[in-house]
Amino acid sequence: MSARSSMHPVFMNIAVSMLAAFITGLLISGVKPVLLWTDALIYLLVIAISAFIIYASKKEHFLVPWRQVVQHKLGMVSLVFLLVYVFIGLIDSVHFRMPVSSQNTTEQVTETIYDGDVLSILDVVLTKIRTQDEKTYSAPFATHLFSKETIEHDDGSLTREYPRLKYAGSHLQDPENDLAGDIRSKSISGGIDGIIFWLVLSLIVILFVAHDRKENFFLTLKSFFVGSASRGGVPWALILFTVGFLCVLVGAMTELAPAYHVFGTDKVGQDVFYQTLKSIRTGLVIGTLTTLIMLPFAVLLGIMAGFLQGWVDDVIQYLYTTLSSIPGVLLIAAAVLMMQVYVANNPDLFETDSERADIRLFFLCVILGVTSWTGLCRMLRGEAMKLREVDYVQASQALGVSTFTIIWRHIQPNVMHIVLIAVVLDFSGLVLAEAVLSYVGVGVDPSMHSWGNLINGARLEMAREPLVWWSLLAAFIFMFVLVLSANLFSDAVRDAFDPRIRKQ
Amino acid sequence: MLNYIIRRTLYAIPILIGVNLITFLLFFVVNTPDDMARMHLGMKRVTPEAVQQWKEERGYDKAMVFNSEAQGVERFTDTIFIKKSIELFTFDFGRSDAGRDISYDISQRMWPSLAIAIPIFVIGILTNLTFALIVAFFRATYIDVWGVIICVVLMSVSGLFYIIGGQYLIGKVLHLVPISGYDVGANAIKFTILPVLIGIIGGIGAGTRWYRTIFLEEISKDYVRTARAKGLSEATVLYKHVLRNGMIPILTGAVVVLPLLFMGSLITESFFGIPGLGSYTIDAINSQDFAIVRAMVFLGSALYIVGLILTDISYTIADPRIRLQ
Repeated sequence: MSARSSMHPVFMNIAVSMLAAFITGLLISGVKPVLLWTDALIYLLVIAISAFIIYASKKEHFLVPWRQVVQHKLGMVSLVFLLVYVFIGLIDSVHFRMPVSSQNTTEQVTETIYDGDVLSILDVVLTKIRTQDEKTYSAPFATHLFSKETIEHDDGSLTREYPRLKYAGSHLQDPENDLAGDIRSKSISGGIDGIIFWLVLSLIVILFVAHDRKENFFLTLKSFFVGSASRGGVPWALILFTVGFLCVLVGAMTELAPAYHVFGTDKVGQDVFYQTLKSIRTGLVIGTLTTLIMLPFAVLLGIMAGFLQGWVDDVIQYLYTTLSSIPGVLLIAAAVLMMQVYVANNPDLFETDSERADIRLFFLCVILGVTSWTGLCRMLRGEAMKLREVDYVQASQALGVSTFTIIWRHIQPNVMHIVLIAVVLDFSGLVLAEAVLSYVGVGVDPSMHSWGNLINGARLEMAREPLVWWSLLAAFIFMFVLVLSANLFSDAVRDAFDPRIRKQ
Repeated sequence: MLNYIIRRTLYAIPILIGVNLITFLLFFVVNTPDDMARMHLGMKRVTPEAVQQWKEERGYDKAMVFNSEAQGVERFTDTIFIKKSIELFTFDFGRSDAGRDISYDISQRMWPSLAIAIPIFVIGILTNLTFALIVAFFRATYIDVWGVIICVVLMSVSGLFYIIGGQYLIGKVLHLVPISGYDVGANAIKFTILPVLIGIIGGIGAGTRWYRTIFLEEISKDYVRTARAKGLSEATVLYKHVLRNGMIPILTGAVVVLPLLFMGSLITESFFGIPGLGSYTIDAINSQDFAIVRAMVFLGSALYIVGLILTDISYTIADPRIRLQ
């Protein structure tokens, strides 16, 4: 992030022109853009993070720890995984409604009618696996349904057997013999596509780094593998291998997912892989927006309580002790119950089901924010109290610098590392909390795709014999990878920013 | 000491009033009793008389905070806010929206909750301490590095996975214990073993890592160097010196949750069909029984405050340098 700041304009230009091309494409195709509440906040978050990066890239005291983060091997591998999740979450956050082809163009004014379903770019990319709904449960890579049905044959006889799936593996003549071979050949050809893509990508990265270091291509390539620690220290080889692994995986999936149900189908026959991909956005929204909402309160109140002391301190302390004394789950449950009653009594406020589900997600973030700001606030209060007694703060007070300026110039920069560590550490806890809350019935809307809802739906089938395990497995794998990457990355961030650890 | 405890207890009163105010706002102002009645009686076929009767049965038919029909002080006291608040402060939780006596239910249901929560708490802390001491003993070696990575991996697994996986493996495949249910007396053991085991395993990752950090911080202090200089073995240093001093921050974390053990665990209890307070709360949430949720919110806050006071007291016992005043 630091040494390559010269590359920012290039990347920015590419990103901006791609975005512009995309928006014009959307407008030409005649769709109606939909801005959900959480979408707006996600865009705000992206802007805030970009602003922070630009701000931080000029501050040396911020660059030093970041240089340490980019040298952290596990941290960078996790960052690659996190970026893939973020990418999926972002393309799932551009929503619009498709126009329904209107036949009655007899009148002068043609009013386009829009479809009731709010779609995102991800939905369009995944159109094939989104729409290929089977009848009910089917196992991963199955060609037949999971339950027996009575089938009437041409000669009028009835038999109980497992019917063929409507879409998955329908191109196979003899599924029993061809299935394994077809899966193998599809994975291999998809994997090769992935490798080709990866090679091109690696080439671009190496060229960029070589250009940045003003070195020739082969010297750069060599430095990736030999003695990388001494050269800037970014573990490029490891990063590229992780990207390569993901490329092969994604390549194989793009071949397999349209032809089979890679993670099976659920009770109403919907593809589980599609649902887990859609759940990514929900998980990320809860993990990030909650923090975005609570951060201003925690920072402002925490610093005020610690720095101003007196009655301000008393009031703020009372506020957070009261809030933190209510058991979190119960407060969330109570608030969400109340919101349910409110939505039930005002059904005409929301145009589409997605908007209703979205407002509930937003509300859940707010409530989670209210219950989670107290910890950070308490920490910041303590830190501000310490900083208040530091010599340079005392000196500026004696010189008559205004309170606001002292807070902005002296206190705020010195507590930012605490805020950053808290934000990154909270993320994984919030993603896990979503699953639990949805299970309790006070999480996201039941119609929204989320890992909690996926687990909850599968749990009802626990007593079934044989077990329907694939929804559970898919949700747990995707959640586990996200949370593990977040935890490992947050460790890297904490190691770099926490002054107590940095000293050693 | 006694002075301090009394003062802290008095401090608790404004906090409980605050909690009460928040629950009142949530349960009666954002949604009026009429909304709740309609929700309970069903949206469609509901007559004003039925709503009125539902409210009367539960004492929700009074004015919110100011009763203009009453006389004198009654104007303020004969309202939903005061009536319901005073009931809570005397720990008289009244009847649930479904008509059951909440206090009786709580007194019955806290025992199964404790039967699960206390073993998880005690054995869990001992397990985590053991693992953390082992990892701290081998600090800065591969055992330490991999121990921490395993802890992070264990932390990253959803708690639901431990429960579902444990139920499947031990209950369904190995048929060792029943998957869910509860019984009184000695028979309870076979029902509690699995949830306790899963509760402990679920907590190992975060617990061990946290305790390890505490121990490492202690190890870098001067008195540990002195102890080593005296020629004590590494095991003695860890066990006699580091563990005892490390217990102070560990106590803070442990004592504060001690009273909350009564409340039980929402998820564990509902998955294993244990009739404790956790599943009581979950059932109340699912059946939208506001009276129970309100009572549990209040009870939880009161117990949390008790936990805070206990923490302070335990500090003085564990660390003679700390004096409460």
